[in-house]
Amino acid sequence: MHTFGYRANALLTFAVTALAFICAIASFSDKFSNQNPSAEIQILNINRFKKQSHGNDEVSLTLDISADLQSLFTWNTKQVFVFVAAEYETPKNSLNQVSLWDAIIPAKEHAKFRIQVSNKYRFIDQGQNLRGKDFNLTLHWHVMPKTGKMFADKIVLPGYSLPDAYR
Amino acid sequence: MDWQGQKLAEQLMQILLLIAAVVSFVVGYTTASFRMMMLIYAGGVVLTTLITIPNWPCFNRHHLKWLDPSEAEKHPKPQVVVVSSKKKSSSKK
Repeated sequence: MHTFGYRANALLTFAVTALAFICAIASFSDKFSNQNPSAEIQILNINRFKKQSHGNDEVSLTLDISADLQSLFTWNTKQVFVFVAAEYETPKNSLNQVSLWDAIIPAKEHAKFRIQVSNKYRFIDQGQNLRGKDFNLTLHWHVMPKTGKMFADKIVLPGYSLPDAYR
Repeated sequence: MDWQGQKLAEQLMQILLLIAAVVSFVVGYTTASFRMMMLIYAGGVVLTTLITIPNWPCFNRHHLKWLDPSEAEKHPKPQVVVVSSKKKSSSKK
């Protein structure tokens, strides 16, 4: 009855149960970290602003993104995915989101950064609504923990606008 | 492994694993290293395996004392009483 295999099975079961338990506590301990990320985005230049041949507006712009996301990293954080989206309203859709740039931050040392880039993904509207349009640039992030649930948050930076004419 | 040894092995297994879990979590949390927590816990599991799974001599200190065969014959096992008398007589033959 009380054989080698029986003891090995009992040990393995108990060990995995305890492992699940400490992982759950590790995930829970994340809730006590206070997060105060900050971000600032400037539009350095509108490189190109035109109507595509099939009728949609396209913008190319250069962004200056500086952010401090170090407080998102705890001992249970694997990586943080971060992206910048342009958000604006059109008569047809109350919220349009266009992703302009993204990055994966693998460690806390890289979580405070400043980068000047032109948009990584094309900023194209579904229509011709972009002339003189006011829009928000929103920094979204998804925190991927080692154990536990992934969660997301964002900083909305309002008050950007596009020129009134194509160039 | 005898009865006392089984009890000892099981209790040792549970206590050692709980200690490993608590120590690994505390060390991992204070050093802010998830890797450290996993390594300490894995070490604890391996140590517990080595201590409680093989049949060490310390688990065999309370041998069961079986009765001698001669003693057993003087106190025979109680027989099952069969209600039907016909079957009883036939089986005896």
